[in-house]
Amino acid sequence: MSTSHTVRVTPRGGESAKRPPHHAPGRRRLITALIFMAPALVLLGVLVAYPVVYSLWRSMFDASGVNFIGGQNYVTMFTDPATFISIRNNIIWVIVAPVTCTVLGLIFAVLMNRIKWATAFKLIVFMPMAISMVASGVIFRTLFQEDPNLGAVNAGLVAVHDAFSPGASYPGARPGSDSTLTVASDGEIQSQATVAVGSVQNFPLVGLQTSTLPGTAKPAVAAETPAANQITGTVWLDFVPGGGGTPGTIGDGKMGLPGVTVEVVDTHGAVVASAVAADDGTYTINSPTSSGSYIVTLPASNFSQGYSGISWLGPTLVTAVIILSYVWIWAGFSMVMIASGLSAMDISLQEAARVDGANEWQVFRRITAPLLMPVLIVVFITLIINVLKIFDLVYVIPPGSSLPDATVIAVQLWTVSFGGGNDQGLGSALAILLLVLVLPFMIINVRRFKMEREQ
Amino acid sequence: MTAPAGIVTAKRGAAGRILDFFGRGVVNIVLVIVAVFWLVPSIGLALSSLRNSVDNSQTGWWTVFTRPAQLTVDNYTNLLSNSQFMGSFVNTIAITLPATAAVVIIGSLAGYAFAWIRFPGRDWLLVAVIVLLAVPLQVSLIPIAKLYGSIGLFGSILGVIIFHTAYGLPFAIFLLRNFFTQVPGELLEAARLDGASEWRIFSRIILPLGMPAIASLAIFQFLWVWNDMLVALIFTNATSQPITVAIQSQLRQFGANIDILSAGAFLSMIIPLIVFFAFQRYFVSALLAGSTK
Repeated sequence: MSTSHTVRVTPRGGESAKRPPHHAPGRRRLITALIFMAPALVLLGVLVAYPVVYSLWRSMFDASGVNFIGGQNYVTMFTDPATFISIRNNIIWVIVAPVTCTVLGLIFAVLMNRIKWATAFKLIVFMPMAISMVASGVIFRTLFQEDPNLGAVNAGLVAVHDAFSPGASYPGARPGSDSTLTVASDGEIQSQATVAVGSVQNFPLVGLQTSTLPGTAKPAVAAETPAANQITGTVWLDFVPGGGGTPGTIGDGKMGLPGVTVEVVDTHGAVVASAVAADDGTYTINSPTSSGSYIVTLPASNFSQGYSGISWLGPTLVTAVIILSYVWIWAGFSMVMIASGLSAMDISLQEAARVDGANEWQVFRRITAPLLMPVLIVVFITLIINVLKIFDLVYVIPPGSSLPDATVIAVQLWTVSFGGGNDQGLGSALAILLLVLVLPFMIINVRRFKMEREQ
Repeated sequence: MTAPAGIVTAKRGAAGRILDFFGRGVVNIVLVIVAVFWLVPSIGLALSSLRNSVDNSQTGWWTVFTRPAQLTVDNYTNLLSNSQFMGSFVNTIAITLPATAAVVIIGSLAGYAFAWIRFPGRDWLLVAVIVLLAVPLQVSLIPIAKLYGSIGLFGSILGVIIFHTAYGLPFAIFLLRNFFTQVPGELLEAARLDGASEWRIFSRIILPLGMPAIASLAIFQFLWVWNDMLVALIFTNATSQPITVAIQSQLRQFGANIDILSAGAFLSMIIPLIVFFAFQRYFVSALLAGSTK
C-alpha cells in the first residue's frame, strides 16, 4: 500500500512542486479525514477509550465511590475467596481451552483433506460458531444433566456401565409383610432360620414397580427340586399388577427378578457359595458340603441405588464441562482458519519430499507444520483473548449451586457490580485486571501489524 | 529409497495402496465419529423442543427413536403465543439490524480515511485502533451503565445499539481499511485528477469495489450482535431485552423446563443459522481478515 501512496498525485499537482505553504495540503487532508472519521472517533472515544480511564480511576474507590482507598480493591481481588476462584478458573481456561481448540482444529483440517465429504464435515464442525453461547449453554446444560433418564451423557455412561456389570439393582425391594424373611440392619434380606442343604428357599419380594424391572425378566417359576448338595429357590416380585394372586406363591404372571445375587452364609458369617438368579428368578447353589444348614441371604448390594452416572454439573467437574462446550464451538473456528492456511500453501515442497521418500508424518512434521506456524499463532492468540473474556457459557451452564465454583473474572465482575454485589470499585478493578491480562496480546497484535507494513 | 526407482515404486504402489485404503478408512471412521459428536448436541436440542413438558421431565430426547408418537409442535405454538418471548425476538431484530448498519456505515467512512487520505498522525491513530481491537468490552460496562443512567439511555434499545456499534468499530475499521487499500490506486488518482471530491471517490469507487468486504463485515457483525447476551443483560430491561436474555432468565427462574427453553433456543438459532449457511463464505473471510497472518 505504501507504493500506491508515494506515486499519488495531489489534486493540484503544481503546488507540491513549488512547495507553497507547507502545511496547507496536510491540514486540509486532516480536516477531510476528520470529517470521515468523526462518528467513529466519537463513539470509540466515549464508549471504549473513556471507560478505560474511568475504570482505572473508579477502581481506586470503595463501593460507595466516595472514599479513595488506593490499591485496596486490587488486594481484595486476590484475597477474597470468590474473586480468587474466578482468577484461578480463568487461568485454567487459558491453559486448557486455546490449546485444545487449536490442536483439534489442526487435526481436523489436516484429516479433512483426505475425505470426500470434506465440505459437509467442515459445515458440521463450524456450525456452532453461528449460534449464541446462550443456546449452546442450554444445549450443554441439558446434555450433562445428572439424572440418567434426562441427561444424554449420563444415560450413555449408565448403559455402558450396565453392559459390563450385569448385576441388577432393585432399590426399595423388601420382603412381603407375612413372609418368613428378615431384613438385616445393613439392608441384607435373609432367611429367618437356617436352611438345610438339599432344600428350597424362596424369596418373595415386594416394594418394586413392574415397570422398573429389566426387560429380560420372565414370569417366575418354581425352582427345580434340589439335589442332595444343592440349595435352590426363586426370587420373584410377589405382586400381580391389577391385583389378585396369593401372597407367597408363584404364578398369576408374577415376575422373576433376574440378576439378584444369592449367597449361602455359614454360622460364622462367612460366605461359602453364591449364585445369580436367572431370568425367571430361579437360582441353584451348589453347597461345598453335602449336609449341614446355612443362612441364605440376598446381599444389600442387590438393593442399592445402582450406578447413576457422574455429577457433571457439580462443583468439581462443571468447569470441565463448560470448557468442553467452548471447544465444541471454537474448534470449528481454528479448523477453518488452519484449513485456509493449508490451502493457501504451495504444496510443491511437500510433493518433492514425498518423491524423496519422506513419509506422511515426516512431511507434516518437517514441512507443513513449520509453514503453518504463523496461522497457528494467530489462531492461538485470538483464542486466548477470547477465552480471557469468557462470560456467557459460564453464566448459563452451571446450576446456581455450582456457579461459585465455575465463576471466571468476567462473571465475577458482573456479580460484584450488577448481580447483587453492588461494589463497582471492585468490579472496576476486575475490569482493569482483564485489560492487563489482554495487554501482552495487544502488543503482539501491534507488532505483527507493524512488521506486515514493513514488508 | 531413490536408487532402483522402477521396481521400488511398483512394490510400494501395491503396499502403499493397501495402506492408503486402510488409512483412508480409518480417517473416514474417525471423522464420522467426530461429526456425530458435533451433531448430537444440536439434534438433542431440536428433538427436546418437539416433545411436551411431561415427556421432557421424565425421559430423554433419545426415546423419540423408539416412541416417535411423542413428537409435537406444541412448544412452538405455545412460544408463538408467548408475548414476552415474541417481544424479545422482535427486540433482537430491532437491536441487530441498526447496530449492523451503523457499524458498516461508520466503519467504511473511517476505513476510507485510513486507507486513502494521507493525514498527519494517521499511523498513530491506526495503531490506536488496533489496540482498541482487543479491549475487553467488560471494561466499558460499569462506566457506560453510569453514563447511560445519567442521560436516560439505560434500559433502552438505543443504548444497546450504540454500545455494539462502538465495540464493532475497531474490527470494522481494521478490516475495511485493509481491503480498501487493495483497490487500485490508479482509479483514485484518475478520479482526483478529474477533480472528484473525496466523498465522490468514496461513494462511487470505494464502496462498490469494497462490497465483498462490507458484506463480510455485515455478516460478522450481524451474528455477533444477534448472539450477544452480556451487553443486553446489563443495558436492557424486561421490555427491551433480546431473546438471549429471555432464554437466560427462563433458565434461571425455572431450571429444567427444557420444553420452552429448547424451543426458545431453537427459535433464536434459526435466523443466525440461515444467515450462516447462506453467507458462510463471507463470514469465513471476515474471520480470516480479522486476524490476517
